Amino acid sequence: MAVLVIAEHDNSELKDATHKTVTAALAMGGDVDVLVAGKGAKGIADSAAKIDGVRKVLLAESDALAHQLAEAMEAAIVPLMAGYDAVLAPDTTTHKNYMPRVAASLDVMQISSVTGVESADTFVRPIYAGNAMATVQSTDPKKVVTVRTTAFGAAGNGGSASVESADAAGGPFKAEYVSQELTKSDRPELTAAKIVVSGGRGVGSAENFAIIEKLADKLGAAVGASRAAVDAGYVPNDYQVGQTGKAVAPELYIAIGISGAIQHLAGMKDSKVIVAINKDEEAPIFQVADYGLVADLFKAVPELEAAL
Amino acid sequence: MKVLVPVKRVLDYNVKARVKSDQSGVDLANVKMSMNPFDEISIEQAVRMQEAGTATETIVVSIGPAKAQETIRTGLAMGIDRGIHVTTDEDLEPLAVAKILKGIVDAEGPELVILGKQAIDNDFGATGSMLAALLGWPQGTFANSISKDGSGLKVVREVDGGLQTVKTELPAVVTTDLRLNEPRYASLPNIMKAKKKPIDAKTPADYGVDTAPRLKTLKVTEPPARKGGVIVESVEELISKLKDEAGVI
Repeated sequence: MAVLVIAEHDNSELKDATHKTVTAALAMGGDVDVLVAGKGAKGIADSAAKIDGVRKVLLAESDALAHQLAEAMEAAIVPLMAGYDAVLAPDTTTHKNYMPRVAASLDVMQISSVTGVESADTFVRPIYAGNAMATVQSTDPKKVVTVRTTAFGAAGNGGSASVESADAAGGPFKAEYVSQELTKSDRPELTAAKIVVSGGRGVGSAENFAIIEKLADKLGAAVGASRAAVDAGYVPNDYQVGQTGKAVAPELYIAIGISGAIQHLAGMKDSKVIVAINKDEEAPIFQVADYGLVADLFKAVPELEAAL
Repeated sequence: MKVLVPVKRVLDYNVKARVKSDQSGVDLANVKMSMNPFDEISIEQAVRMQEAGTATETIVVSIGPAKAQETIRTGLAMGIDRGIHVTTDEDLEPLAVAKILKGIVDAEGPELVILGKQAIDNDFGATGSMLAALLGWPQGTFANSISKDGSGLKVVREVDGGLQTVKTELPAVVTTDLRLNEPRYASLPNIMKAKKKPIDAKTPADYGVDTAPRLKTLKVTEPPARKGGVIVESVEELISKLKDEAGVI
């Protein structure tokens, strides 16, 4: 039994999601290798080699892999699968993009966003926005799995695996990278933050979102948002927490002016402590909150920020 | 160009899923069903492309039970030209769906297939990219905007860090994200007109696809319940609870 884990990185930093995916892979049993696919990513491979429990790291580099585009990732991973029984990747947008291509090429049904590993072929995954949990057993000869990383602890950094180079198929490919506009922020990353402060429709405008951000900065927290706030244009799409946005599970999640639609709850209800501030005492968010404050957010949030 | 839009009939997004007591799945008896919300966005995109003269013909396809025809009619009422209904009472996995869609693409020859990025029932998020792989086509997933760019397409994608733009050749597969557009409501005259639009009846066997499931569902359970906590009276009380009781700040 051998499992290949695909690393989450941006060519400059290896992300924690990789360590969490390694934890899920180790739970399946057998040897765990990590593939770092990128460009100028030798440093990433060296970091991955330190992850506890990793047997070896494969480094595939090419121009086409620099942005981990779908066709290039498929072409790099599929030939490697001759030597593996399973491939696991974090369920971030990078990997959600190409993993189904890998699965279809291998004629395998993908098992998406698993939150539990029962055995080498049996997994638990949320369906219906997390309103039900399905335990599924794969009958395919190889498993293609994406991992909801918030459900797994991060493997440590005490290992010393070897790094080998792997082939990166050269293409040509039919899609190419043009550009990206990444939200620049000095705040912690939403999915990795210990504290997340999120605003919803109740915040009312993009300008008003500043009070959410001020509170977040006071707490050293990441800023999130409900779909309603993103759709209304208060904040960019990458702030969205929920079924179709990001799943977060911080130590503390503060939901401000968020009613608590099931789609939003799906993305944050695994947080350790949930605080809700909302003026509507009937808001469903209070049903999942450990601490609820029924108050006008425009009064309560500045007061909270000043008192911390 | 000809545009194909696959759609799925799912539990309405406002209805909370209830797990069956025998743990065999989610109870879908006598509950409101609708078109998957992402698929409505796909339909809207195709109709707008037709209105702009980019799309020459639009086809909506649904693979599902007899009632999936209502979902196809919804697409027709929004402005799609014609429908294909692949009838099956099985709950097909994305891999089988992608294989049937490949058969339809081979028969119809569209240059663009627009799908929702995920169905909100099983949340696999796999069909679009699987179809692209089976066809050997490029893809632009999680689309925030789509525009014609020379002989290809420019797709702005919603990614974890922000937005990423890719250029794809045609034919291509695009999957839609929430901010691509706001789907229209079908007008009454258009709903009446849709009743006359043609729907081809097909079966999975017409495309020679083995639809046997690869995943065995062992059980479906309620998620661990989260108990509501306490309502605090003031900001001071909230801070003291977070410091002393929860120890998180």
